[in-house]
Parts: sequence; structure tokens; C-alpha cells
Amino acid sequence: MFKTALRNVLSHKGRLLMTMLAVVLGTAFVAGTLVFSDSVSTALKNSLSHNYDHVSARVENSAAGEGRRAADNNSDNKPLTDATLRRIKALPGTATAVGTVQGFAGISDPNGNLIGQRGSTQGTNWSPDSGGTDPRYPMAQGTGPNSATQVAIDQRTAQKNGFKVGDTLRVAVNGPVMQLTVSGIFTSNDPALNADGSLVLFDTATAQKLYTAPGQYAWIDAQAKPGTSQTALEQEMEQVVPHTGNITLHTGAALTADAKTAVENGSSSMKTALLFFAGIALFVGIFLISNTFTMLIAQRTRELALMRALGASRKQVRRSVLWEALVVGFTASAVGLGVGVGIGAALKAWAGSSGNIPAGGLTVTPSTALITLAVGTVVTALAALFPALRASRVPPVAAMSSNDQPASQKSLVVRNSIGLVLAGLGVGVVLLGVSQGGSSGRMPVALGALLVMLGVFVLTPLLSRPLIAAVGPLFRRLFGISGTLAKQNAIRNPRRTAATASALTIGVTLITALTVIGSSITTTITHQVTSNMKADYAVSSELGYPITPTLVSEVKSAKGVSAASVIDSQYVTLDGKQLSLSGFDAATFDQVVAPDLTSGTTDAFKQGQLLIDADQAGSRGLHVGSSVPVEYPNGTSGTLTVGGVYPKSDLLGPAMLSEQALAGHTTAPFYNVVLVKSDDGASTANEQALRDATGLNPLIKVQSQQQMIDQFSSLISMMLTILYALLGMAVLIAILGVVNTLAMSVFERKRELGMLRAVGLDKRGVKRMVRLESVVIAVFGAAMGVGIGTFLAWAANNLLKSDLSGLTTVLPWSRLALFIALGATVGLLAALWPARRAARLDILGAIKTD
Amino acid sequence: MTTTALRTAAARASDLSKVYGSGDTRVTALDHVSVDFYRGEFTAIMGPSGSGKSTLMHCMAGLDSVSAGSARIGDVELNGLKDKALTKLRRDQIGFVFQAFNLLPTLTALENITLPMDIAGRKVDKAWLDRVIATVGLADRLGHRPSQLSGGQQQRVACARALASRPEIIFADEPTGNLDSRSGAEILGFLRSSVRELGQTIVMVTHDPVAASYADRVVFLADGRIVDELHAPTADSVLDRMRAFDAKGRTS
Repeated sequence: MFKTALRNVLSHKGRLLMTMLAVVLGTAFVAGTLVFSDSVSTALKNSLSHNYDHVSARVENSAAGEGRRAADNNSDNKPLTDATLRRIKALPGTATAVGTVQGFAGISDPNGNLIGQRGSTQGTNWSPDSGGTDPRYPMAQGTGPNSATQVAIDQRTAQKNGFKVGDTLRVAVNGPVMQLTVSGIFTSNDPALNADGSLVLFDTATAQKLYTAPGQYAWIDAQAKPGTSQTALEQEMEQVVPHTGNITLHTGAALTADAKTAVENGSSSMKTALLFFAGIALFVGIFLISNTFTMLIAQRTRELALMRALGASRKQVRRSVLWEALVVGFTASAVGLGVGVGIGAALKAWAGSSGNIPAGGLTVTPSTALITLAVGTVVTALAALFPALRASRVPPVAAMSSNDQPASQKSLVVRNSIGLVLAGLGVGVVLLGVSQGGSSGRMPVALGALLVMLGVFVLTPLLSRPLIAAVGPLFRRLFGISGTLAKQNAIRNPRRTAATASALTIGVTLITALTVIGSSITTTITHQVTSNMKADYAVSSELGYPITPTLVSEVKSAKGVSAASVIDSQYVTLDGKQLSLSGFDAATFDQVVAPDLTSGTTDAFKQGQLLIDADQAGSRGLHVGSSVPVEYPNGTSGTLTVGGVYPKSDLLGPAMLSEQALAGHTTAPFYNVVLVKSDDGASTANEQALRDATGLNPLIKVQSQQQMIDQFSSLISMMLTILYALLGMAVLIAILGVVNTLAMSVFERKRELGMLRAVGLDKRGVKRMVRLESVVIAVFGAAMGVGIGTFLAWAANNLLKSDLSGLTTVLPWSRLALFIALGATVGLLAALWPARRAARLDILGAIKTD
Repeated sequence: MTTTALRTAAARASDLSKVYGSGDTRVTALDHVSVDFYRGEFTAIMGPSGSGKSTLMHCMAGLDSVSAGSARIGDVELNGLKDKALTKLRRDQIGFVFQAFNLLPTLTALENITLPMDIAGRKVDKAWLDRVIATVGLADRLGHRPSQLSGGQQQRVACARALASRPEIIFADEPTGNLDSRSGAEILGFLRSSVRELGQTIVMVTHDPVAASYADRVVFLADGRIVDELHAPTADSVLDRMRAFDAKGRTS
């Protein structure tokens, strides 16, 4: 039987090609993902392994630096001081020891914008050894910084921006901008210094002042003398600074291991995400493979029946088909593995070209090869399972029938019933999940979504008839007989049409769902920003630090500012429960924000009453006029009257109180944002005036309403673009499926096509007929995808409501129409080759009776 | 009907040759054939397998190209026509009845009948259509699909399809080949009556003497040449001629 299977594979090479291609694409995606993520992870790990070459042991103050909270200052945290460093240096096992402080440092361009990507611009201290150099940062030009007015900068940033030794640099850490002179330009292979980052060096005293406290370090690295092990040195250091509380000790080896684990975790989540999309591609492939085998078996009915008549058992027939699938699957997976390695290499080269990934070879692990081969083979065999069962049920008598096309249109009753139950159950579970809302609704919605998809796939044959028949009259009018025939052909084999369309449905469902969610979120955010905010600009810090009062007054006095108010984030205890409170300046409140009050007035706010959002008011049983006891941040207490209720808003926060009412009740202001109303609205001049007022501080973000919206929508659209690209593979495979189905149909309908040509349908008419059939199937698949996707997006939006207040489902009609149009294009593309083939058919050969 | 003196040719082959392949595999299917198919006449082309009878029909019907000589439908010379013009010619001037019925399974009987006119985008002549349908006796089967019809009924649909567009000439390729003798007789009777009553021109290729006996005239082909002709044939007279060729073929 294996031999028969092999012969079949070889004799149907052409027809199996599309199947092979689908498996190749799917497995290549899997292999590419594995190779790429393994290679990146290996390269990162390799580069890390040299990172701690000069570190035998490190003692770290976890309370130092950026993670520091106000509370940390009060506790009895032990600092790492110059004295600690001196004592570590004096240890018998220590060869050298270096203290480091590190943190964010932004460099400004001439307009006051931050150079590089926020979060990846760093600053640290320059610690020259006795020879006046720091081996970590070799100077290419100039010298290291020797005073508080000097700074050294990394070569890449310098070259990119044309900074030279002696230039003045605007640098901000956490506060006002500093004008420093470039004393030197250094090279570094610090992995933290990626393509979008920058690194500046301060002299140690300055860095300490900026990041920790004078004389204090964030960590101290020691290198052991030859003969002293890392652990021995760590133990010696433990005598100086015990491993307690905020002080932790690590060996260099442990640090390397930790960093490697971090890299691994990072790359494994990327790997999981990519594999998810590879899985979708493979799932789509299943439809294609299954469809191909079904069609091949339909064509081979007589052959199979003959085998049965000659004494082959059902089992043997079934096995022969499964063997065939295994051969196809294995071969295609092997090719897919090869292609995948290529994809992995290309991806790595592409990602490496932007400088984010250290150089290194390609990692193809045995498990990558095994997984790829196994996945491809198993998926193919699985897809061929049903067709194989069907093949084994071919009765021997079918060999005798003269009909070469079995009219085995089994009733769809059972199938439809199952489909209805699945889809109904799915919709029910989704609705249940929606009604639960929030995170508890997540599981039901996910499960329900899966059921709905499955149900619809099972139901597709049933749906195909009425939906496709509906376009009949239109097709007849537009395209005449070709249109009618195309429509008829599309519904003549509902199972086949369904399987073909479903492959496309999967991709389009996901694309639609993501698009609808994305556009709903964007619209909601836009609405929130534009409806509640009257200010033209929001001024905030790049890294979410509070804005200093000095900066606030600088902004207020900027040219063109007509009104400004801070948003002062404070926590109070209202009626025994904690509440985040936004403090606004009562005098300018009406000019910068416009809460959509459902009850109460803003006048009440100006008189020191509390405005609270509907959710908070509801859960606390508050309404306009309620009096509630309050405990302020500084421990004082009082009573507040509710002056108004507004719908939940992320901009305004859960509750608002005037700064005047808050005065005297807080320990320190926490100015998140300054809202600014300008004389003549948002303009380049007004924006620059605000930047100028802050001394071109790169840390300060000045955003107009439009920029706030753009920043957000560009994030969403970037995410959507990535997801579209990842789902593109699934759509590509679906296109192959359409090509395959059409090619098979053309082959099977050879005689009809010959007759049509004989009675006078010209080549164009034949082509048009095949193309229209393809378009109908593709558009049907796309339309179902848009339908299901929209429903699922609606469900998801209902869950997301708890995280994003006021989220409503907004249908991006033009996008949805585009997806349908894309479906039509897919149909046209897929029909190119089959239509040509159909038109070129030799009439005589086709109508000849065999 | 007018007398034979006024017979005009609906289709004419003059010195028609058809050669397949070249060199060693060269096969001459038609060897300088000249024959007229008269308007309003039912002509049968007979001959043993490989005699070139199907090739002659295919060339005359514009389904196959001509190697040399001329094939005309009415006044139109087929030799040299491009695919587009040939397609149009087949659509407008020629009707076909095939051995394997060749109906579209997705269309109803009526839709199959009007298919050539739908392709041409022509309006159906309702009165004519009704007459054709009445003649083939399918009035109560028009909504059925081919799979719901018997072989004989399917072939009647095919005949009606060929007749409905009032072509210049109908070519029937072994129209009874897939039918039992009773259904076959029905179809042949129907073809003959469409010639007699509707004035249709029909050329039928067959190897069955009984089928040929329905024709007005039988043209005999052997080895790609016209070898004989018989008017007002009967099954026996046709069979006799056939035997004669066979004998000749064997002795020569």
C-alpha cells in the first residue's frame, strides 16, 4: 500500500503542489520563527557573556536610582558609599573595584526634542583608574569628564547628530536642563546602547548628585585577583556589606546567568507570539490540505473502487491515502524547514541591520528541525484523515459505474445541526462573557469565539447557497451568462466552496476583529481627548516624573499662554476607601477642561466641592449634595461635598478637586501634566514658545490635542500593521487554496468547458466565468470573516470597557469595505492561472468521450 | 419542399485535407475531401473507425483547423479564421448534439436549451422556442436539472438546444451512441422531423446503419476519402454498402 501511495503522490505532483506549498509556507513560518528567535537569543547571550568579563562580584543597592520612591528615603536603607568602595578595594581578593551610578539622561536637539527613543537614553559615571582611563569606555576623541560642566558622549550619537568635542550639549536628567561641554567621545559595546539609545558620561560626583546622593553608588563591581574565585570574593565583600534588605550581592557568573534568563524570557514571549501566527497559518493550511485530498479522492473514486474490487480492505485504502499525506507532509516540511532557515537568516539580517541585535551566526537547533518536520507531517496527516475515511467508504461497485463524477452529495443535515449547535453555543457563551464583563468575562469570550468560528465553518456549506445565490441576479445583469454560470458553479459543490472560503475567513476574521478593536479604541481616545480637553497643549515629562513647580511657572509664563492648570495627582481616603484625585486650578478650570457633567455644576467645583465620576459615585452611593468624610495625604481630615458627577474619563481621572481646596492638605505636589490654553490655538510658534520656556528641556513633552491623538493612533496603527503582516501568511495560504480549488474545478469540468466553447462561448467568456466564480468564493469568505470579526470585536470591546472607559464599538466602514474588496482581489489573483488554463482548453480533447 | 434541382449547400468541403503530426508520426485523416451538405437535408456521414468521419465533422464545424483546402459554412470560409471569429460562427450559425449529451449540470433543461442565445446575448424567439420544446416533448421537464432526466430526455434537451437558436446547420456526433435503441429511435425520429417540418439542416456522424437509415443521404468515408454516397437509405442498404467496403478493405 505504501508503494501505491508513493505512486499516487508522484502521479499527482501538479495537483499536490498547492498542498505542498501550503505546508511549506506554514512550516517555514514555524521554522523561521524558531531559527530567528534562537539566533537572536544566542547572539544576545553571547554578547552578554562578555558584559561581565570584568566583574567577579557585584554589590548592588536596589533602592538606588530610578526605582526610588519617596518612601525609600525614610526607611533605614543602607547606602553604598565611597567608604564602602574604599573598603572593597582594600579587600585581599580585590584587584580593582568600580562604583557605578546610572540613570536616564536625555539629550536635546536644537528645538528641545529628545534625541533617541525615550527610555533608552542613559547616563552614567566615568570612573577613571589610576591611568586616567576607564576600560569600559575607551575615549576615541578628547578626555573623560572632569567637572560638573563636562560630559562625554557615545560615538554613534555624536556622529548621528554632529556633536564634536567642545560643543555644548543640552542634557536633562530629572529637572532643569543642563548646558554641558563635550569633553570626549567614547566607543562602547554596551548592549543597553542600542540603535535608538544614547549614553552620556558625567564625572562621578555629578552623576552621584544626579542619580543617587553625593558619595553614593548604585552598585560596586569588583574584579578578583588571580587565584581568588568569584565566590571567595563575594564572601569577602559580604564581610564589608552584608546581603540584607536593599543590599544584594552577586557573582559575575550569577549576573550573566540572570541576564541570560532575562533574554530568554524576552525572546520566548516573542517566539510564542510568532508561533501563534504560524499556528494560524497552519490551521488555514489544514483547510487547503483537506480540500485537496477530498478533491483528489473524488477524482480517483473509480481507481479506489477498483482497488476495493480487487480485494483491498477499507483499512488498506485508508492507509494508502494517509501514507500519501505523510509523504506529502514530510517532503513539504523538509522544504519548509529549509525555507524557514532562510527566512530566519533574512529576518536576523534585517533586524541586525538596524543595530538592535548583536552579530552572530544562525542557530538551527535539532529541536527546530524536529518540531518543524513533526508539525508539518502531523498537520498534513490530520487534514487528510477525513478524506481518507471517505476514501475507504468508496464501494467496490463504484468501479463499474460509467460516471466519472460521483454525485455523492451527502445530506448536510447532520453537519448543519452540529454547526447550528456549535455556533449557537458559541454566541451564547460570548454573550455570557460579555455580560460578566471585565477580566472574568475573558475566558467565556475566548471559548465562545472559538466555538463561533468552528460553528460557522461547519455551517459554511449551508450558508454558501443563499448568500451566493443572492448575488445571482446582479451577476446575471452585469456579466450575462458568464456571471450566471459562475454563480451556479460556486454553489454546485457547497462543501468545496465552504472549505475554500473558510480558509480565507479565518484570516479576515482576525484582521477585521483587530481592526475594529483598534479603530474603536482610537475613536474613543480621540473622543475623550477632544470632548473633555479644552486646553491646546498638555505638557508632561517624557518618563512620567512629576513636573517641578519651577517648570510649571516657566510654562505658565511662556509667550502666548492664556490659561494653564496643573493636574496634581494625589491619593485621598474617601469614606474609608482610597481614591485617586486630580487637583486642578479653580481659576482656569473652565478654560482647560470641560467635564461632561451628568449632574451638578463646575461652579460647585470652584467653590471647593468634589467632582466624581459616575463609576466611583455609583459604587460609593454618592450623588450631588452628598457629604463624605475625607482623609488627606498629609494626615489631615475633613468633609467634602459632592458638587457634580461626570462620565468616567481617563484624562480627568476618577475624581477632581480644586488645588485651592487641596492646599494645606498635601505633603508635596505631584504635577503630572500642565494643561495649557494658548491665545490662538495650537500652532508651531506656540509649541516652540512652550519648549523655549522650559529651556529646551528634552525631558519635557509638549503635545497638542492632535499630537496626543496621533501618538496614540500611530501606536495602534503600527500594531495593526505588524499584525496584518503576520496574518498575511494565513491569507497567502488561503489564496493558494482558492487557486487549488479552481484548478481542480477546471480540470473536472473540462467537458463542460469544451461544450461551452463549442456552442460559442469565447475565451474571454470562459476566463470571466472562472474569475467570477473565484471572486464569488473569495468575497463570500471575506464577508463571513468581516461578519464574525466584527461580532468578536464587539465582544472584546465590551470586555475592554473595564480598562478603557466609554469604549464603544466603532465600525471602520471604509476599512471593512476594503477587506471585502481585498477578498475580490484575492479571488481575481487566484483565478489568473486557472482561468487561463480553462480558456486554453482544447475543445476537441475536452468534449471527446473517453 | 422544393425539388433537388434547387438544392443549395449549407456547408461545403472542397479539397479538404487534415494532417496530424509530421515526419514518421504523420497521419492523414482527411485526404482531399470534397462534399456538399445541402440545406434542408439530413445527411449521415458513415465509415469505420479511423475513416476520418469525426475529423470531417470537426473541421466543418470549426472545432478543428484545416490543413489544406476549404471548408465553408454558407458563404464563410473557415480555413484561416481566428479563434474569435470561429467562436462567433459556432455560436451564431452552428448547432451541436454530442454523444455524451454535454449539458451543464448546474442549469435547468430550459436554461440549457437557451444557453447558446444567452451566450450570444440574443433574445429568445418565444414562439419558435415553444415550437421546438413541443416538438421534443419536454414541456413538463423544463425546470428539471440534467441529473433528474433520463439519457433520452437529456439528449432531447441537447437537440432542442441545437435547434433553438435556428442555426444554419446542426452537427450531431453519434447522438444515439449512449442511448438504448428505443430512446435512440426517438431522437433520430425527432432529428428527421426537424428537417422535414422545421426545415433544419443536419449532418450526423454515426457508425450505426439503423441510425443512418433515418437520413436523406449517406456519405461513406474510408481512409480519409469519400468512397460512396447513398440516397434514401434503408438500414439494409447501408449495411450492404458497409459490408462491401469491409470486404474490399480485407482483400486489398
